[in-house]
This record gives sequence, C-alpha cells and structure tokens, in this order.
Amino acid sequence: MGSTAYGTGEGHDHAPSFFTRWFASTNHKDIGTMYLLFAIIAGLIGGFLSVMMRLELQEPGLQYFADEGMYNVYVTGHGLIMVFFMVMPAMIGGFGNWFVPLMIGAPDMAFPRMNNISFWLLPAAFALLLLSMFVPGTADANGVGTGWIVVAPLSGRAAHPGPAVDFGILALHLAGASSILGAINFITTIFNMRAPGMTLHKMPLFVWSVLVTAFLLLLSLPVLAGAITMLLTDRNFGTTFYDPAGGGDPLLYGHLFWFFGHPEVYILILPGFGMVSHIISTFSRKPIFGYLGMAYAMVAIGLVGFVVWAHHMYTAGLSVDTQAYFMFATMVIAVPTGVKIFSWIATMWGGSIQLKVPMLWALGFIFLFTVGGVTGVMCSNAGVDRSLHNTYYVVAHFHYVLSLGAVFSIFAGWYYWFPKMSGYMYNETLGKIHFWLTFVGANILFFPQHFLGLQGMPRHYADYPDAFAYWNRISSFGSYITAAGAILFVLSMLYAYFIRKEKAADNPWGPGATTLEWTLPSPPAFHSYEKLPVIASGDYH
Amino acid sequence: MFRRTYGAVVLAAIAGLVICLTGTLPALAGLGQPSSGELGLQDPATPGMQNIIDLYNLVNIIIIAIAAFVLILLLYVIYRFNEKSNPTPSRTTHNTLLEVAWTIIPILILVAMAVPSFKLLYEQYSFPKPDLTIKATGSQWFWEHEYLDQKITLASTMLRDEDVLKAKLGDKDFKAKYPDSLEGIARNKATHADAAAVWEERKELRQLTVDQEIAVPVNKVVHMLVTATDVIHSWTIPSFGVKMQAVPGRTAAVWFKPTVTGVFRGQCSVLCGKFHSGMPIVIRVLPQEKYDAWMAALKAKDKKKANEILKAEASGDASKAVAQAQ
Repeated sequence: MGSTAYGTGEGHDHAPSFFTRWFASTNHKDIGTMYLLFAIIAGLIGGFLSVMMRLELQEPGLQYFADEGMYNVYVTGHGLIMVFFMVMPAMIGGFGNWFVPLMIGAPDMAFPRMNNISFWLLPAAFALLLLSMFVPGTADANGVGTGWIVVAPLSGRAAHPGPAVDFGILALHLAGASSILGAINFITTIFNMRAPGMTLHKMPLFVWSVLVTAFLLLLSLPVLAGAITMLLTDRNFGTTFYDPAGGGDPLLYGHLFWFFGHPEVYILILPGFGMVSHIISTFSRKPIFGYLGMAYAMVAIGLVGFVVWAHHMYTAGLSVDTQAYFMFATMVIAVPTGVKIFSWIATMWGGSIQLKVPMLWALGFIFLFTVGGVTGVMCSNAGVDRSLHNTYYVVAHFHYVLSLGAVFSIFAGWYYWFPKMSGYMYNETLGKIHFWLTFVGANILFFPQHFLGLQGMPRHYADYPDAFAYWNRISSFGSYITAAGAILFVLSMLYAYFIRKEKAADNPWGPGATTLEWTLPSPPAFHSYEKLPVIASGDYH
Repeated sequence: MFRRTYGAVVLAAIAGLVICLTGTLPALAGLGQPSSGELGLQDPATPGMQNIIDLYNLVNIIIIAIAAFVLILLLYVIYRFNEKSNPTPSRTTHNTLLEVAWTIIPILILVAMAVPSFKLLYEQYSFPKPDLTIKATGSQWFWEHEYLDQKITLASTMLRDEDVLKAKLGDKDFKAKYPDSLEGIARNKATHADAAAVWEERKELRQLTVDQEIAVPVNKVVHMLVTATDVIHSWTIPSFGVKMQAVPGRTAAVWFKPTVTGVFRGQCSVLCGKFHSGMPIVIRVLPQEKYDAWMAALKAKDKKKANEILKAEASGDASKAVAQAQ
C-alpha cells in the first residue's frame, strides 16, 4: 500500500517507478490495492448520498432537496454507486485480486494486463456516472431519476429527454466490461494456476466463492449489456424494444434487467460468504465445518439464483402459474443458505473463539444476514408480496442482506487482511468502536423500515404522509450513527497506516489461520512466491 | 467488559424480538390509511387482505423463531466456546447426521409454509363474477378511473400544501404571501409549515388527499383493470390487499370485495418520475343506496352534489370496522 517499499522480498525485486507501479500495474496486489482504495472513495460518496436522503426523510415535507426529482437522482446514484463501484470492486477486484492468487499459490493472475484494464475501466465508468448527475435528465432537472434498475419506459426519451440516462447507460457498459474481463481472468487463474496439490476440493472457500461469482458475472452481465443497449437505441436511434407504441413491451426490460439483477445480488454477497468462512475458522482455531457442503452450497445458490428473477415482478401482472413457479424457486434458495449459516455455527462449536475485530464483524454478519434472509422468505411469498412489494419492507430486507450483510463481510475482510496487505496492525479498540457504532446504527437505521413498509410506505418517496414520520425520524438517527462509524473507520485506518505503524507479524492470527497468504511476509514481496508452494495431501480440512 | 457487552446485546435482542412479536398482533388503528408508530400491516377491509394478514402472521412467527434460534446459538457458542472457557479447540469437521438434518428440516418447514402460500396465491387469482368494473389509468402524475358500464371517468390529482393554502387564502392573498420569487427549498419550507394548520382544519391527510375521490359499493365484487399511458405506475390500496403495476400497453386485472364502509387510501408504488409520491388513490366504500345516489348525481353531471354525498359518509370507525371485517 501507499509508497512504502515492498515487503521483505529478495533483493532482485526491481522497484518500478511510481507511474509504472500504479498506472501501468500488472501486479495483482497493487491492482487489488487500487480497487480497494477506489471502493472506499466510492463508498464514501455513495454513503454521503444516503445520509442526504435520510436527512430529507427525517421529517415530512421537503427540507433539503429543492424538489422530489432531485431526491430520485440521489436514490439512483446511491444504488448504482454502492452496487457497481463499492461492493463489487471491494470484494472481487480488491480482495479477489489480492488473495485468490495468494491462496492458490499462483505467481499472479492469468492475464495481468487485462487485470490492469479491468481496473482502469472503473474510474472511467464512475466518472461517467458522476457526470450524469450534472447533465440534463428529466425535462426540468439534471440527473438520472430512475432508480438503479434504470426502469423503462421512465428511462426512455419521453420521461428523460436529456443525455443523463445515456451517460448512465455508458457507465454501466464500462463497469460491465470491466467485470466481464475480471471474471474471465479469475476463472482462468483458478482453473489453471493452482499450486501443485491444490485440487479443486482443497481450494480455500474464498477462492470457491470468487469462482462461483465469476461465473455469475460472466453469464449475467451480457444480458444487462444487451438490455441497456436496447434502451440506448430506443432512446437515440428510433427502435421501440420497450415502447408499446411500436410493438415493444416495458416488461421485457424488467425481465432482462432482473435476469441480470438477481444473480447480481448473489455476486454482491457470495465473496462475503467466502471471507466470513475463513474468519470464523481462523478465530475459532478450528477447520471449516462441512467444507464440501459449504462449497457446493455456494454453487447451488449461484445456479438457483439464475432462475428466480421474476420474484422482483410479482405485481407486474405475470400469470398466476408463473408467479407460483418463481415463488417455489425462490423459497428453495433458503435451503443452501441455511446450510451455510448452520455450518458457520458448527465451525465455531467446540472452538476456542477469540473476539478480535474481524470476528466481531463476521458474527454480526451471520446474525444480520439471517435477519435479512428470513424477511426474504416473507417477500418470496407472492401472496403476501401484494402488501410488501415496493414498500420499505423490501428496502429493509435488501439492506439487511447488503448493507448489513455484504458490507459487514467487507469490513470483516478488511480488518482480517489489513495486516497482510499493509504490513501494519490496526488499532483493536478503534476497530471495536467502529463495529459497535455500525452495528447499533445500522440496526436503528433499517429495522424500523420494516414497520414503515408494513404500514404501506412505498419506496422512492421524498415526501410522505405524517403517519410515517415517527419511524422515519428514528431511522434517520441510525443513519447518522452509522455515518459516524464510517468516518471513524477512515480516520483509524489513516492513523494505523501513517502514524501508528505497528509492524504486523507474517501471521498475526495464530494457528487458526491456515491459508497460504499467512505463510508469506506482511506485506508480501513484489513477487509473492519464490518457489511454488506444494500442498500436501493432508493439508486443510 | 465482555460480560457487560453481551448483556447489552442480549437485552437489545430480546427487546427487538418483543417488538417483532407485538407487530403480529392485530392493531385497532389505521383502517384504510397508515398510522403512526405502528408495527404491523394495515387493518383489513376485504377478506383478501384478511387472508394476507393471516399468512403474514404465520410466516412471521416462523421466521422470528428461526432468527431467534440462530441468535441463541450464536450467543451460546460465544459464551461456551470462547478462548477462556475452551482453550483447546476440537478438530471436528463433519457430522453427517447433523448436515442431513439441517438440510431436511428447513425443506420441511418450507413445504409446510408453501401449502398455505400457494393457496393464498391461487385465491387471489380466482376472480369472482364482477358487480362493478373500473379501469384505472396512471399517468404522470394522476390517476383516471373509468366506470366502464356507467361510462363515467373521474381524474384525481393530489392536493398539495400550496393547493390547500390557495383554497384557504384565495389566489390574490396567496400570491402576496408566497410570491413567485420565493423558490425552491425556502418555498417548500414556508408552505409546508403554514399548511399544517390548514390540513388540521380541513381534517384531511397531507399526501393522501385528492381533489376527486372515487367510490364503490360495500360488499360488492369490484374488478379493477389497471394500465398506464406513459411510464409504469402501480395501483394499490393496502387495506384491500391489492397492488398491481400499471404498465403502458398492457392491462392487468385485480379484484377486491370491501366488507366495510369508509375511506381507503393508497399511494403509487412504482417509481414514476418527479411526483411519484404525489399520486395517491382514494376510494370511499359506500352503502349501496348512497353509492347509487352518488352515481346518479355523476350521471346528471352534478359533481358538486356527488362529492357532497361522498363527504357525508364519514370515514370509518376503525374499531367497528375491524369487528365488521371479522
């Protein structure tokens, strides 16, 4: 990280110049670092948008936004940034790049230059997305006000005559291309570059999770690319894919988007599953319980994730048999997810648990993800979904699995691997304060939203009836606590890296940490492995 | 330090569970509209909504039990197997019986849940013969309701803070008090603050009041055909248990049979642009004879009289209404 020297590698590492190292990088660790820093910056911007939304929603009426259209732009920006520019870069680009090669004993990713372009497409995409907020969108305002799904026909020429939506579409094209290239790189690396003896069934679970995620990306993103390209030609070249006046169908967009969109939500959480498995195992000083079940549960979640998309469209007028099928398929996902939850608990059972900061985040993840998971079972129920669809109950549900699930796992992974990546220890007390602020804040923020949704408060509302004021106010206070936690996080990391500089051991976590990255120096040398590690048949689980 | 922290966690968890559980109890407020600080669904005005609430309560108890089970396991594991209580970890990594159990038991729970779920879904799609068919058309940002047999079309737009202030002050005084130069956030804040008293006086609900309500007769089956002209909207009345997207180029149908009289309000439920939060739906459920009188006035093109008939039907007494619904 930063400009410090590489770790304690041999003298034959030729340190490249600053420009070569960071702008023409082909080193998976440097690219991983750039992804992580990018994700932090994007996360702060996306978080700022969400705090502004909560400020506005603290009271009925409009206090901070000039009109409701501007609020819609913030909602859209928050969603797209958090999904495409925070969670995905952090989990797949950041931790995936850093630790997949290290964990399988590979010298680097299979296509290092492609890795570089994967990263550099992202700042370009992000720039386009941010620009979209400042160019004309609807007839009377700037920005894209369609929600992150860029729903047609609201995203069409009539409702959004300005170029903002085109900027948004091109941003998604670039971000999608970046992810597809990354996915190809991970699949190739994992299938071809494992160290001798590292069979698929010995691969660390984080690598399994990235492998499944890469397949989901590879198969779903082209569908998104097609859907938004058709939107682009509808807007600019006179086609009518989504316009009934020309024989098109707005619901076609819904189907295409969610055929991508549902696998996407598993893309956001699967690497988190992998990270949490390692952290639970490390700090319980026990091998993972039911390793094969854990690996294939992720494969099952990935497969079933492709055939449940229309549960996002229960109220769109689908036939009753179609809804019945999607309800059934969606409920099925609860089974492999349950296997994972119980296997994590069984991993801890009989262990010798150390409650270090990464473990706190992982434990928080398990419980909060469970809460989000069971409300998902409620939402899967097409009959009950009449009352819940597009209400704050759904907002609460997906923030419990993403904001409290995916984000908690990212923080768990960050604290777990920060010593390895930076060579410095973080401050344990500050880390714990950060955890508790986020845990308490996020629950105050999102739990009351269940109640708002049950009483019927629809999503995407900048202004609401007075009856919703009570829980909205409490929810907003939770948001400020969470934001304070995020600021503390940034400060404590700057402190740990630039001021405190407490050297981290090669393996700061003790005998529980068994994956290969802990055999390397902290931080690892420019070339990680002098010799390829050999995995003996008895190693791991 | 640790002990105290866990005490706090346990207390918070118990408090949370109590809140969840009370959320499943029927509440006696908020028929036809949201109410403040409430924890559960709105009260039912149709048998269909009652069915949704019953299934919701069943599933809610199951999922709270599952979440509580996981929480208790986690807390027990932290308590029993922390490094002080259990310095030497075991090496167990497999237990076939256990693994089969935690696959099979969730499947059984899901099957048990699926039976009433499928029943509810198919009930919602068994359309009884309609007594009345209305076509709802969403547009940015208002609803039109067409009584198909009666050939009557009513458009409804939400009353905003500025509208009620204008009605109260008159155009001239309104312009004087809120000149066009007063813009943006300042204008929003001023009108919102001043309108609060006017809403109180009118006994109307901000964001949930329209200039032209519609009506249906009580205890009659209503088919609602839903479509849109520009972008996707969604027609919903929470206490009827219906929600249907209004998609341009398509017409979808829902049905409901309100069993209580009163005022029932819903809000557009698909993001449809700037004033997405500004196109509520308000329906009065009237006794048959009042409905007939209302419809007769509309047919005679006497909207003023029609609206007087509507307003004369006071909003439902919530406690009485629940008793009636059950």
